[in-house]
Amino acid sequence: MIAALDVTPGWYLVLGSLLFSIGAFGLLVRRNPLVMFMCVELMLNAVTLTFVTFSRMLEDTGGQSVVVFVLVVAAAEVVVGLAIIVALLHKRPDATADDVALLEG
Amino acid sequence: MLDAVWLIPALPLAGFLILLAFGRRLGEPGAGWLATVMCAGSFVATLVVFGGLLGEPSEDRHFVQILFQWIPVGDLRVDVGFLADPLSITMALFVTGVGALIHLYAIGYMHGDPGFPRFFVYMNLFIFSMLMLVLGNNLVLTFLGWEGVGACSYFLISFWFGDEANASAGKKAFITNRVGDWGFMLAIFLAFAAAGTVDYLALNEGAGGVAAITMTAIGALLFVGAVGKSAQIPLYIWLPDAMAGPTPVSALIHAATMVTAGVYLMTRVNPILAAGYEWVPDVIAWVGAITALIAATIAIAQNDIKKVLAYSTISQLGYMFLAVGIGAYVAAIFHMITHAFFKALLFLGAGSVIHGVGGDQDMRHMGGLRKYLPITYATFIVGWLSIAGVPPFSGFWSKDEILTAAWASGGTQGKLLWAIGLVTALITAYYMSRQVYLVFFGERREDDAEPAPEPEAESVPVAAAAADAGGHGHGHAGEPHESPWIMTLPLVVLAVLATIGGGLNLPFGDDLHVLEHWLEPVVGENELPIDLSGATQAALIVVAVVVALCGIAAATAVYLRRRVKAREPEVLAHAYYYDEGVTRFVGGPGTRIFEGVAWFDAHVIDGAVNGVAHVISGFGRRLRHVQSGFVRTYALGVATGVVVVLGYFLTRIRF
Repeated sequence: MIAALDVTPGWYLVLGSLLFSIGAFGLLVRRNPLVMFMCVELMLNAVTLTFVTFSRMLEDTGGQSVVVFVLVVAAAEVVVGLAIIVALLHKRPDATADDVALLEG
Repeated sequence: MLDAVWLIPALPLAGFLILLAFGRRLGEPGAGWLATVMCAGSFVATLVVFGGLLGEPSEDRHFVQILFQWIPVGDLRVDVGFLADPLSITMALFVTGVGALIHLYAIGYMHGDPGFPRFFVYMNLFIFSMLMLVLGNNLVLTFLGWEGVGACSYFLISFWFGDEANASAGKKAFITNRVGDWGFMLAIFLAFAAAGTVDYLALNEGAGGVAAITMTAIGALLFVGAVGKSAQIPLYIWLPDAMAGPTPVSALIHAATMVTAGVYLMTRVNPILAAGYEWVPDVIAWVGAITALIAATIAIAQNDIKKVLAYSTISQLGYMFLAVGIGAYVAAIFHMITHAFFKALLFLGAGSVIHGVGGDQDMRHMGGLRKYLPITYATFIVGWLSIAGVPPFSGFWSKDEILTAAWASGGTQGKLLWAIGLVTALITAYYMSRQVYLVFFGERREDDAEPAPEPEAESVPVAAAAADAGGHGHGHAGEPHESPWIMTLPLVVLAVLATIGGGLNLPFGDDLHVLEHWLEPVVGENELPIDLSGATQAALIVVAVVVALCGIAAATAVYLRRRVKAREPEVLAHAYYYDEGVTRFVGGPGTRIFEGVAWFDAHVIDGAVNGVAHVISGFGRRLRHVQSGFVRTYALGVATGVVVVLGYFLTRIRF
């Protein structure tokens, strides 16, 4: 029966939005910087998935080329972001995102 | 030969720069001689250019030499360029000529003054500024010279700045002049805005093409500037106080240069005046006439030898403006030239007297000086007869020409102006005779040096006299003595000029109107035509002579024969209390008005500006709490924003 289930692009879009929502929700409710960072990655990849889906649907390679860019940027972002977070947790293992609120107006 | 124009102002400028750098080393009398030679060289250069202009046919007698572009901004183009035409060269001739004589005289007069080199630094700068004013081919360059003479007059009037009265006299001259300069500046702006040029030739040529109302405004504003510089009502108050400077300065400022600038300017822009409405020239004529009369009456009751001459200068300038107003430009320039001769002569003569008696300027302490100062006496008599209007001395011819022109300008107004001019001539003859009698005739009155209850207004000249004495290192004691040749030589030269100067423009026949034909290319079109019969002109001349002689006779009866008791009303000695009135007004209500303005500025204008800044900074202070530093708050903000934007688009989509 399962094989009969036709996987249309809509499914991918639903999956993408679900992942995005989970990521956003996690970003808002969690305070561990590492987890928040993972949530951001999740959102990023949800968007990437959506791009690929639309690229396939519309038969336009533009979407796929955007994905390549996103991957590169995400890699760079991971380098910087993780470095900051590791450095932070190294100094204060139990720090939360709310503890690093020095940049206030 | 015309290419030498640039040399005319360049020589005094060079003199100024050299003296500025090495003046102290040159010392006395080297600095004075250098300045004199530079000024005389400038005169020679002017003669060369003059010769060049004579070589041209009458209608081609204008030559423009552009040295470099000075201010090129957008459409505005101001050059440093010189315009040599009959008018500017005539002016330059007597500015440099009389100026050189005054320089020479000053070498003797300033002898022993610790500021000797500094004095000649200013003098050369003054001549340079005046030449820029006269020779500049556009309004802006003239304005440069205009401000230059203003600044130099400040330096020179308060030359003995150790005395506070002298310093404040300088400030008074400068500030009063600034009031007029305001009009000049607005006129320049307006000329550029309306005509797109500040060049004289272009402006005068295009005068007819611009709306009459604009030309009226430019003419009127330029006149405001001229009123300040040429000491006409209501801005004449600086000139009597300017007597605080050394006497050669008084001669330079009041005879040859600065005060004539206003008359020159009005003559220079005569097409603008002609293109505007009729009322501007009328106002000029009336201001001139009233100034002439009022200043002459004030001169009757002055006791300071230089103040009498100061008020007479104001009065004579009034004549010139009267002439300009009725369109008798040639007569105005003619009177300016003869006035430069005889007034420089009178001032230098007065300086020689002051020098001779050891610094006292009060005529009540003089008397009988003709025995002691024979050359000064003889030359002063020439100056006196000239200004009083006795033929054949030069002042008679030029004054008579103005009066004739006033009569010929027609209508009740012309007759009225003529009558005022005639009354002024009478008073002029009277007060000048009074001065001559008080100073040179009668008995020596040194001893009646009563502890004179000097009115407040005269504190300036008294202080100047004291400074004069100090400057010379002469004591008051001892016999009055004649001045050295270096001072009497200029007197003699000026006396000769004051005698024959009238020959420039004699009224007998067209051929003798030399000055008129010479100036024709500049003023010809707008010059008032004189169409009076020979008999009328002769009658006017006779009336003028009789009036002058009456004035002299009256003064003889009062001051020489002592038949009639002298009447010198207090109100005239105080110059109608105008000065005091101004002081009181400015000190009282004036100060309060400006305190009010200052309050308005501090509270309303600044308040508005500060208020806006305050509101914005308050808003910012509140807004900055949004930046909390909590990353999750930002994330929530972004998320909310996304939801809102998405929601907006979803409601707008039409499936």
